Amino acid sequence: MIKRQTLLAYAMIAPALLLLGAFTHWPAVGTLIDSFYSTPHGNRAAVSVGVDNYTDLLDDPVFLQALINNLWYGLVTIPASVGLSLLMALSVNRALPGRVLVRMAYFTPTILPLIAVANIWLFFFTPDYGLLDQISLAFGFGRHNWLGEPATALPAMMAVAIWKEAGFFMIFYLAALQTMPADLAEVGRLEGASRWLYFRRVTWPLLMPTTLFVIVNAVINAFRLVDHVVVMTRGGPDNATNLLLYHIYETGFRFWDSAAAATLTVVLLAIMGILAGLVFAVLGRKAHYR
Amino acid sequence: MSTRRLEILATWMLGILWVAPLAYAVWTAFHPSEFATHFSLTAPLTLENFVHAWDAAPFAHYFLNTTLMVTLILVVQFIVCTPAAFAFARMEFRGRETIFAIVLLQLMVAPDLLLVRNYRTMAQLGLVDTIGAIALPYLGSAFGIFLLRQNFRQIPQELDDAARLEGASLFGRLWRVYIPLAKPVYLAYGLVLVSYHWNNFLWPLVITNSVTTRPLTVGLAVFASTDQGIDWSIITAATLMTSGPLLVAFLLFQRQFIASFMRAGIR
Repeated sequence: MIKRQTLLAYAMIAPALLLLGAFTHWPAVGTLIDSFYSTPHGNRAAVSVGVDNYTDLLDDPVFLQALINNLWYGLVTIPASVGLSLLMALSVNRALPGRVLVRMAYFTPTILPLIAVANIWLFFFTPDYGLLDQISLAFGFGRHNWLGEPATALPAMMAVAIWKEAGFFMIFYLAALQTMPADLAEVGRLEGASRWLYFRRVTWPLLMPTTLFVIVNAVINAFRLVDHVVVMTRGGPDNATNLLLYHIYETGFRFWDSAAAATLTVVLLAIMGILAGLVFAVLGRKAHYR
Repeated sequence: MSTRRLEILATWMLGILWVAPLAYAVWTAFHPSEFATHFSLTAPLTLENFVHAWDAAPFAHYFLNTTLMVTLILVVQFIVCTPAAFAFARMEFRGRETIFAIVLLQLMVAPDLLLVRNYRTMAQLGLVDTIGAIALPYLGSAFGIFLLRQNFRQIPQELDDAARLEGASLFGRLWRVYIPLAKPVYLAYGLVLVSYHWNNFLWPLVITNSVTTRPLTVGLAVFASTDQGIDWSIITAATLMTSGPLLVAFLLFQRQFIASFMRAGIR
């Protein structure tokens, strides 16, 4: 009887496991294997090259630049979008004139495809007659080639990412805030706790599981979302906005160097794994799940 | 000015900032192109830009492709993830926790990151440039299994036992007890899934290369980068068109939409 139940359970998870295995787990293992082989060309098969692909990476200036760009990109966009999303959620979780409208406004990034929005941001950043330059010129600050200058191109991409991410994460914080017991705030007010004290001692600890979830997602997205790079800058100018996944895309599908692309993918997955591990190690113990 | 007023003002400013790209797109798309870069209350309204955009690229075909792809993913994910989630939630079998942990790895190792290897698999299967190939890597979903499992576990065991006493089979219980009670979760899951795949870009860009397979996002990118130069009015019209169904759905079901996104987010 127990045996039958077990067989039935395996049958029920089999289709899902097969699909996940075929397109996520096996390709991940396959990518690791590929990273130790050369790229096959025509009828020349792939040969084992040891760790050469990895040492080659260290000599690849574009990889190093994409790595540094991506780390800066994460370092800025993750805290900024998480912080802003919390602020946004707190601001619309209380009485406010026009609250429904503000909420809808915050929600736009989740509804519009990033690639569609990228077209609009492209216009905002256009020199001279783009929206940003029109404002800048009106205040006498002169013109800027926001996406054409290496110094401003990456910050411009960060702005798009923060806009996108903060709007998305806001929803999760808002959801968590709405499940918070109202009588808790009542007690806090009776005890005469200041809003900051109440936030620090009650709201913030209760939000920990949400914060953990949001930060892990922010880390993943900082490496996964490059749609706007494809549309707005193609990694330029001079690789100033090249991010790791975009570099993988170019290596794999413009230069058709699958061994190098596999090696890059392994490095990307390793970085993400380490970062996620760090997040759990630092915040995981503080998050009390109910 | 009091602190409270300052807060309200700041909240509104932030709201205006967040809606600005959409507001600009609406302005430009509904006005003649000479008003794309300057704003005037007397500017005449027009639908010309939409007509131009619609005629300039095979958007009807792109709409069809996106709809087929999203429907395929939605239907298969529901069918595949439901029994798996049930087994993880309510059945005892060896290796349950370990297998579940392995499944959850997909939350981090998203198929989006494995483009190169998955492209090779599609090439070996002879599926490059098909709608099926866009959908295949996403047919199994750790997110879906996790979400449904959490919910199935919260359904009272007594309801399940009662159905069992009445002689319901396992699939009968699933069909008549678990799925109906988890309906709000299916709605939330479905909405998240549709908006994710409607907006997905990089994998479809890699795996498709013709009009008959390209989804809207890729079609829009091709249209905006090659065909149009910099006619912002037509580009924004096309942008609104491609996100139109989601925008309209959002305006109509705003409350449910936010609520269900929230439900999907609670862990």
